[in-house]
Amino acid sequence: MLEIKNVSKTFNSGTVNEKKALSDINLTLNDGDFVTVIGGNGAGKSTVMNIITGVYSVDCGSISIDGIDVTAMPEYKRAKYFGRVFQDPMTGTAATMEIVENLAIAKKRGQRRTLKYGISKKEREEYRELLKKLDLGLEDRLTSKVGLLSGGQRQALTLLMATLQKPKMLLLDEHTAALDPKTAAKVLSLSDSLIKENNLMTMMVTHNMHDAIAYGNRLIMMNEGRIILDISGEEKKNLTVEMLLHKFEEVSGSEFVSDRALLSK
Amino acid sequence: MAIFFNALPGAVAQGLIWGIMAIGVYITFKVLDLADLTVDGSLATGGAVFVMLTTNNVNIYISLIMAFLAGCVAGFITGVFHTAFGIPAILAGILTQFSLYSLNLRIMGNNSNVAINFRKYNLLVTLSNINKSLIVGAVLVVLIIALLYWFFGTQFGSAIRATGCNEAMARANGINTNRNKVFGLVLSNGIVALAGALDAQYQGSSDINRGRGAIVIGLAAVIIGEVIFGKIFKNFALRLVGVTLGGVIYYIVQTVVIQIGLNPNDLKLFSALFVAIFLGLPYWKSQLKPSAKKQAKKNGEVGANA
Repeated sequence: MLEIKNVSKTFNSGTVNEKKALSDINLTLNDGDFVTVIGGNGAGKSTVMNIITGVYSVDCGSISIDGIDVTAMPEYKRAKYFGRVFQDPMTGTAATMEIVENLAIAKKRGQRRTLKYGISKKEREEYRELLKKLDLGLEDRLTSKVGLLSGGQRQALTLLMATLQKPKMLLLDEHTAALDPKTAAKVLSLSDSLIKENNLMTMMVTHNMHDAIAYGNRLIMMNEGRIILDISGEEKKNLTVEMLLHKFEEVSGSEFVSDRALLSK
Repeated sequence: MAIFFNALPGAVAQGLIWGIMAIGVYITFKVLDLADLTVDGSLATGGAVFVMLTTNNVNIYISLIMAFLAGCVAGFITGVFHTAFGIPAILAGILTQFSLYSLNLRIMGNNSNVAINFRKYNLLVTLSNINKSLIVGAVLVVLIIALLYWFFGTQFGSAIRATGCNEAMARANGINTNRNKVFGLVLSNGIVALAGALDAQYQGSSDINRGRGAIVIGLAAVIIGEVIFGKIFKNFALRLVGVTLGGVIYYIVQTVVIQIGLNPNDLKLFSALFVAIFLGLPYWKSQLKPSAKKQAKKNGEVGANA
């Protein structure tokens, strides 16, 4: 269970560039929840992810996962609990290292890294099997440098890395936004099957309203650093894009401002 | 020509010492992607510690280890400046290097130069016995490369490589990037100080100015190694061999151009220009590429339409 209590975050506080990114956020996710997050530009979607994973510290409030308070924990220590896939396919993998080396690093997330040399045959076989499931032909390229892979392949690999050591929570930050539509759909369905297979508590930021409605059991809409809508269960299943837009206008008193969200199918 | 061949073994021996230093530079510059200027100070520190201990009758191998550890401390200080003080790596290195000037003088008892007599001490490398120097130099190079190859293949070593390659990825996978950067700086400067200890033996003295420009020589060696051997040496150990050979080639070229009649005082100028140009090459290439790619894409699209 993830609990965010009374969290606020302001960037460049006290300067002309002051930006209130999150104001008094309260959010509880239950085990197995798959929540999609939508909102306009600068709504605070990515900031929520970054305060959960510790990229940014919070100004006030607390964050805990399974009862463990992680508010003051540095990013690398929190990584034990969180699997992450980023918007930029370059971010999630080490380009100059081999596919198998990247996987071996991910396998050790949250564990002590020792002076044990190399990657065992057994481990290699395990990775080969997992890569085979991606159906991208990566199982025959274990020792290829990740830099040689396409964006979609890198995102699929990052997904695998994020779930290799089962996290308490998976965070997907617009992880298909930089991919072409066909690849994006493939990576998305792969994400969905990995989430279901492992019954992972998941938060997925997306700018695509269709995806936000189609995936997950819960939907959150953000605006100006606040959670303005939180829909789950039957209500979520019956949602349409039009209803979502209407609700947004109702709650925020303004029009939904994200061309990307409106234009994407 | 005869003079050149007579001078060659000596140049190779000295080059191997630069090569060891270049391996240290490689760890920060290539593996960790940090420009660390500490080496300009830690090279002299290694020489100073070694000469002072040996001339005070400390066992030569223990002196060598102490020189290595002194370099490690210098790297640690830079690492702390960089990670705990948040100072950019390049400035953190400059600060340590600057302070090392004072410290090195103190280590050498406020002398700017302390001699060590090869007749009195059984030195590992010395101008008076170039054959022995070559063997010792080569053995040390092999040993260091073997150890580093093993280390960077371990779980901990891989985490350091990931830190240098992609910090966001490293942290997302639970890697303490700050600690790894400090460790890399410690290791790098330890190796550089070890090279400093060998250099002082070879030269017959430790000198306060010995490390000046060491980073440039180290980078030159790294670049020469990559330019000449980069296409054939892909494996990490072989890359390090290439870097070492880069150090040797650098020293041989230096010997040759001085014999041809170049004023030795101009050496630093040409070394700096050499490094600047070769650091510039990949950048110029990347500036050219986008337009070339665009052109190719255009052609491709035209082809597809037709």
